Amino acid sequence: MKVKAIALNTFKEAIRDRILYLLFFFAAAAIIFSRLLAILTVGDRVKIIKDVGLASLSLFGALMAILIGTGLVYKEIDKKTIFTVISKPIHRWQFLLGKFFGLTLTLLVMIGLMSLIFLAVVFAHTLRLEPRLLIAIAFIFIELLLITAVAILFSCFSTPILSSIFSLAFYLIGHTSWGLETLIRKLRPGPWRILAQFLYTFLPDLENFNFRTEVVHGLTVQPKFYFYSGLYGLFYTLFILTLATIIFKKRDFV
Amino acid sequence: MMRQPAKPEIVLSVHNLFKAYKTGFIPKRSPVLKGVSFSVQAGEIFGYLGPNGAGKTTTLKCLLGLIFPDSGEIRLFGEPHLSLTAKEKIGYLPENPYFYEYLTGREFLEFYGRLFPSERGANRGKVTSLLRLVGLEKAADLQLRKFSKGMLQRIGLAQALINDPELVFLDEPLGGLDPIGRKELRDVIVSLREQGKTVFLCSHILQDIEMICDRVAIIVAGRIVAQGALEDLISEKILFTEITVSGVPKEALEELGEFLSVRGERALLKVFEESKIDQVLRLVQEKKGKIHSLVPRTETLEDLFVGMVKQG
Repeated sequence: MKVKAIALNTFKEAIRDRILYLLFFFAAAAIIFSRLLAILTVGDRVKIIKDVGLASLSLFGALMAILIGTGLVYKEIDKKTIFTVISKPIHRWQFLLGKFFGLTLTLLVMIGLMSLIFLAVVFAHTLRLEPRLLIAIAFIFIELLLITAVAILFSCFSTPILSSIFSLAFYLIGHTSWGLETLIRKLRPGPWRILAQFLYTFLPDLENFNFRTEVVHGLTVQPKFYFYSGLYGLFYTLFILTLATIIFKKRDFV
Repeated sequence: MMRQPAKPEIVLSVHNLFKAYKTGFIPKRSPVLKGVSFSVQAGEIFGYLGPNGAGKTTTLKCLLGLIFPDSGEIRLFGEPHLSLTAKEKIGYLPENPYFYEYLTGREFLEFYGRLFPSERGANRGKVTSLLRLVGLEKAADLQLRKFSKGMLQRIGLAQALINDPELVFLDEPLGGLDPIGRKELRDVIVSLREQGKTVFLCSHILQDIEMICDRVAIIVAGRIVAQGALEDLISEKILFTEITVSGVPKEALEELGEFLSVRGERALLKVFEESKIDQVLRLVQEKKGKIHSLVPRTETLEDLFVGMVKQG
C-alpha cells in the first residue's frame, strides 16, 4: 500500500513533467518520419519502418528512463521533500521501490502510446496486424526496467547530470559489450582471456533484449532465448535495486 | 498515608546523542551534537531552543530517522525510534515548507494519509476537516506551487496532523508568518495540547516559546545547557522596575536610577532598588509631576537564553 502510494505520486510527478512530453513528441516524430525514410530508401520499405520505429522506441524510452530516473531520488533529497516522507512509518526500501514502480508505470504508459503510433504506421503500410512486433517491444520494456533501476541507483548518491552520464555510459557499454564475447572466442587461454571473461560477466549485455532484427526479418527464435533473456533482465534489475537499497539505507539526509 | 503523584509518562527520551558531519574534500569530522540528553513528557509543549547552528535541526533529524547518530539512544513511546509502530504516532512539520508542488492541497494530504495504516490514515472527511482546521478549504484544489509561504506552512501543519499523532514535531513553525498567522498557529498548537497531544517545538522565537511552552531545553554548541519547567528556570525575583514619569527635573532623578529614554518632559527610568522606587514616587508627588507607568521586570526566557549562549 505504501509502495503503491509512492509509486502513484511518482507517476503524477513524471506525467506533470514537461521533459516527458518533449521526448514523447520526438519519439512520435521519429516513428512517423520512418515512413518518409522508407519512401526515400531502396529496398524493403516495411522493414525500414519497423527497424526505425523499434529503434526509436528503444532510444527514446531509454532517454525517458535516464532523464527522469536520475532526478527522481536526487530531487527529493535536494528539495527536501524526502524529510516528511521518511519521517512517516515507511521503510527506506519501500520509498525506493515506490520510485521504481512509479517510473515503470510512466514508461509503460509512454511505451504503450508510442507503440500504438508505431503499430498504426506499420498497419497503414501493410494493412495487417503484426503481433510479433509486440515481442520486440516487450523486451525493449524489460531493458527499460533495468535502465530505470540503474538511473535510480546513481540518483541515490550523485547529481542528476553525473547520474545521466553514468546511466548513458551503462546504456552504451551494455549495447557494445557483446563484442567481448567475440573477443573471448578469439583470444588464446591466458590472463587476457580471463580479463575479458571477467568483464563480460560483470558488464551488462543489453543486446540480450534486442530481438528487433529477428522480428523485423522474420527469423525464428527458440523460446528458451526469450526465457533466458527475461530471466537475465529480472535478476540484473533485482541486483541493481538491491545495491541501490543498501546505499540508500545508510544515507544521511542532511 | 500520602499518595505519591503519578510519574509523568515519558514519550520521548534522548540519551547521550553524538553526531559529527564529515566536511571538506579531505573529510574532516566536525562534531555537531556532543552528548545531548533530554526527555519529553506526555501532554506537554516542549520547547527546544538554541541559536542558529547549535544543533537543533540535527537533533530533530536524528529523532525522525533522517540521519543516523554516531552514538546514543533515542526512544519514542518506549520503543526504538526507527520502529514503524512508534513512527505511526508522530507528526512532523519541517522548518521550511518543502513539498510536492505539483500536487493540489487535497492530493497532498491524501498522499501522506496513504503512508499510514488504514486506521490512522486519511479518508476524504478527515482531509476536509484538516483543510478546514488550517483555513485552506478554498485552496483544496489549487496546486501547491501557487501557495503563499503562510499557506504552505499551514498545509504542512495539516500534513503533520494527518495521522492524528500523539507527538508532533514542529521545526520553527512560526518563522516567516505575519502576526495574525502566528497568533492563529499558536492557538492551534495550544489546542493540540488541550486534545492531549504532546508538542515538540523547535524555535528561536523566544516570546512564542515563553507564551506556550511548559518545559524547555536549551542547546548551545551541541550541548544541552539548561532544561526543565519554565518556572523553575526563570527566577520570579524582580530584577528592576521601569518607571515612566513627567514633570520632574531630570537632575533630581539621576541619582535614583538609570535613564533608558527621555522624550520631551517624559522620562523612562530604570530603578534597581525597591527603596528607591518609594523615593521616586515621593519626588513625583513633591514636584506635582505625573507617573505614566510602573512596570516591575522579572527575568525573561530571553535573559536566560542570552546568558546561557554567552556562557556557552
